[in-house]
Amino acid sequence: MADQSLIHARGLVKRFGDFTAVDGIDLEVAPGEAFGFLGPNGAGKSSTMRMIGCVSTPTAGELRILGMDPVRDGTRIRARLGVCPQLDNLDPDLSVRENLTTYARYFGVSRAEARTRADELLEFVQLSDRANGKVEPLSGGMKRRLTIARAMVNDPDLVLLDEPTTGLDPQARHLVWERLFRLKQRGTTLVLTTHYMDEAEQLCDRLVVMDGGKIVAEGSPRALIENYSTAEVVELRFADGLDSNAQYAAKLDGIGDRVDPLPDRVLLYADDGDEAMAEVHRRGLTPESVLVRRSTLEDVFLHLTGRTLVD
Amino acid sequence: MTTETTAVTRVGDPPRLRPVVAVVERYLTLYRRLWQASVFSSFVLPILFLISIGIGVGGYVGSVEGVDYLSWIVPGVLVSTAFQICVGESTYPVLGDFKWVRAYHAMRAAPVSPKDIVHGHLIYMIFRVELSIAAFLLVVAFFGGLHSPWALATVPVCALLTAAVVTPVTAFAATIESDSYFALLFRFVVIPATLFSGVFFPVDQLPAAIRPVAYASPVWHAVELSRAATLGRAPGWPIVVHVGYLLLWAVVGLIAARRAFARRLED
Repeated sequence: MADQSLIHARGLVKRFGDFTAVDGIDLEVAPGEAFGFLGPNGAGKSSTMRMIGCVSTPTAGELRILGMDPVRDGTRIRARLGVCPQLDNLDPDLSVRENLTTYARYFGVSRAEARTRADELLEFVQLSDRANGKVEPLSGGMKRRLTIARAMVNDPDLVLLDEPTTGLDPQARHLVWERLFRLKQRGTTLVLTTHYMDEAEQLCDRLVVMDGGKIVAEGSPRALIENYSTAEVVELRFADGLDSNAQYAAKLDGIGDRVDPLPDRVLLYADDGDEAMAEVHRRGLTPESVLVRRSTLEDVFLHLTGRTLVD
Repeated sequence: MTTETTAVTRVGDPPRLRPVVAVVERYLTLYRRLWQASVFSSFVLPILFLISIGIGVGGYVGSVEGVDYLSWIVPGVLVSTAFQICVGESTYPVLGDFKWVRAYHAMRAAPVSPKDIVHGHLIYMIFRVELSIAAFLLVVAFFGGLHSPWALATVPVCALLTAAVVTPVTAFAATIESDSYFALLFRFVVIPATLFSGVFFPVDQLPAAIRPVAYASPVWHAVELSRAATLGRAPGWPIVVHVGYLLLWAVVGLIAARRAFARRLED
């Protein structure tokens, strides 16, 4: 139902000159959902996000945000969005708290209310002790948490996060995920882009896989794995691999659902990894190393596009 | 859900106050943190100029157009100070807020339009220039450098000059990708405009062929008006011509700045 959707798109296209960044996508995001765009760099995720954020005009197709037309009602829509951009754009010469209070003023929040909200949000992103400090000495993870807090100053109906944890170390990523998960629990609608499988699996109720400006698959992380992959994956590395992985793949043919030779390893898709391994040994093959793991979105992406996500 | 179609922003709509005020507030918050750094260039330096050139060089020059040299260059230094602040605050800081800080992108993601940003920056600049001008006038008044209550007219003149300079320079800063273009601006526009706009000597002293350069410079028009004000006499050209010329720069500059900001922040 388009009327209830926070985001509704049909045949959405964005072109820059001859280059088509977004090539006719359909979207539907419901209130309270955590929705993800998964795809490699250049897949059209950020271009789509900018159109949803009403700072980029669609070239063609239909787009409604919060039930409104982004071209005509851009200002009114942006008043109800929270945006965490891919590149940090905090004010380095303002204090941590001032970054939130000055930003709240852009939304017409009163000065007193801005101060109250700033303190609450700093508490939420665990930066209260840095409130009066400068932005510059903050770590990447802290800056990102501050940007997320800033995206919340107008109590938005929809929060857009463009690669929220790109460039952060694992510990900082987990802190950001944990905060975003809290937002999700509060019922905030989140729309995020990522090229990290684990991020999409942790945070998204539903996601679309984008490649070359198109949506190549859609569903919950679990459904995508069920539809496009097997329960388990066996990663085999052979001592003389590299050049001969294709030959090994031929010898492995018939084991599991599918065999996929990569430059550095051979992937064996099977619902029971141990059973597949037993068959590998029965065929007299002796890989140098073996890893049996659960299937991830990375495998889905690899299957759909023939390429790995992060290169 | 939402079906209202009112409050649509169209070209030519009256400027929206709230976001503009918020943009001004952001600049003021920054200024409150960084003002110490600007005191030297916008206040101490012009006073040093007055002392060295006005009193030092003035001792040799004697009087110009019937007044002592110090009194004669006070309005010149005043306007050139305003000019320097305008250029300084509309070059690197503006390009920086596009390229490095990306503060304008942050504003753009909120309900602030490119137009609101341009207006907010201009209003802040007028405030910033007037603050320096007020301090300067106060000190100069003690030196006996102001000869008429009309000296107060330099306040609106400097506001007008600010609008005439800040808007085209901001438009320029919003158009370029690299700060090396600023070197060209300083070398071929700012320095000549400071040297040949009647700040330190009457434009009549220039060869007739070069004089039109001075007449084309908004700085000269502001200097003429300010000098008439502090000395309490009528300017050489009709006031309406000076004011009209400065207004022309301000209006054309404003249109250019709005366009440049919109182009850079939207696609």
